[in-house]
Amino acid sequence: MYQKERQIVVNLIASIITIGLYVLYVYQKQVAGNFEILNDFKFWGKSFLWLIPVSIVALIIIHIIYAIINKIVTNEDIPTIDDERDRIIELKSIRVSHWIFTAGFVGAMAALAFGAKPSAMFIILLASGFCSAIISEVVKLYYYRKGV
Amino acid sequence: MAKCLINNSIRTLRFMANEMTQQELADRTGVTRQTIVAIENGKYSPTLELAFRISYVFDKPLNEVFSFQYDEDPVLNKKVEDKRRKM
Repeated sequence: MYQKERQIVVNLIASIITIGLYVLYVYQKQVAGNFEILNDFKFWGKSFLWLIPVSIVALIIIHIIYAIINKIVTNEDIPTIDDERDRIIELKSIRVSHWIFTAGFVGAMAALAFGAKPSAMFIILLASGFCSAIISEVVKLYYYRKGV
Repeated sequence: MAKCLINNSIRTLRFMANEMTQQELADRTGVTRQTIVAIENGKYSPTLELAFRISYVFDKPLNEVFSFQYDEDPVLNKKVEDKRRKM
């Protein structure tokens, strides 16, 4: 497995761990039986806004740990350049992730249109964001393996 | 439009250039070694700019480093081959 592919796997695991732990934390800390809070827009606004810095910090920490372990195990530096192939693969994966998130957005609006609670919309948005992030990494891995 | 297959002789040219390593070629063309591996294995068709850079490193014309063939259109493929023979 090449360096870029390993980085993608690390990103994948980091995304799953970060979002998984954050959702678990928010659920235990804020919801925990009080399901009325799910219909509070302020709760969702805060949760979404806090997710951004938390995921950025978590990704930075995980990548630093990965870089240290990688250096110790393989004695290789992580490549800092992105060449034309990397950019093409990045664009392809972004296209797929945008489609997935757009489908999630349409699904969330459809849920509202069919009379679902606002919490359903936010849960669909969160789930589609999570799926688009995961599938984006899987698509990258696929193109690195299969070729562009 | 027929699908175009681009072949290359980078592996041979590297061998003839004092066993140039993939990393060395990558450094000289400004890409990662993984991209050179992908090109050699036919998993990635480089842009025209990178193709020229690679041919510049080996000091060869572009058509000696890269060649192409149409795999889905034998008639067109034959025409291209005939034209090439006449040249």
